[in-house]
Amino acid sequence: MKAYETVFILTPVLSEAQMQQSINKYISWLKKNGGDIVHQESIGLKNLSYPIAGKTLGFYYLIEFQAQALIIQHLETAYKRDERVLRYLIVRLDKHAEAYNEKRRQKLQERAAASSSEAKTEKAKETNHKPEDKADTAKDKNEPENTHNKIKS
Amino acid sequence: MTLVNDPIHRDLQQQRKKYCRFKKIGIRYIDYKNPDFLLKLVNEQGKILPRRLTGTSLKYQRRVAQAIKRARHLALLPFVADSLK
Repeated sequence: MKAYETVFILTPVLSEAQMQQSINKYISWLKKNGGDIVHQESIGLKNLSYPIAGKTLGFYYLIEFQAQALIIQHLETAYKRDERVLRYLIVRLDKHAEAYNEKRRQKLQERAAASSSEAKTEKAKETNHKPEDKADTAKDKNEPENTHNKIKS
Repeated sequence: MTLVNDPIHRDLQQQRKKYCRFKKIGIRYIDYKNPDFLLKLVNEQGKILPRRLTGTSLKYQRRVAQAIKRARHLALLPFVADSLK
């Protein structure tokens, strides 16, 4: 099982439902063909540096997965057959790339945890008259590096 | 005309020490999905800057070039531009 990463660009004219449908199509294709999805990330709508197929915007989506090498060429044909995919790129990750991606995922999780705990402390202040207890429990769950929580509370 | 006894190359103390920014900081992987970082290694027209200007070592210059070409394929960076920065 080797580590791969694929980024594909969908046409911007699709509706939310259609985009989700396309994304799910590839996720389920990978799972059906023996791949493990490590990480998915919607990079979102971005302006393209040059027009592709007449479009100036694109919806970027990233999937990190582990799979057997033999399925990659079939993934490429699946991308080519799909009309909604403007561009695709499949990259094999070496050890440095994998380490970088793991670090990046950890940072994203920390940020997500920090923002969700901020929401929890705000809710506590609204409902409860004891915000300190809830804030302390939230801090214990989180990484100790979240200094901005302490500043706010 | 320069005088015969003047040094042609500035002595090392005057010359800015050129170093590879990746080796110095310890970066090992250059992410092609990060166009803001790659813009530093590209000139105003979008062309990849040569090693002698950026001071990058050969190993990392090759990785940089690969990352920039991937970013160009994904339209995160342009192939040709004017006044990029």
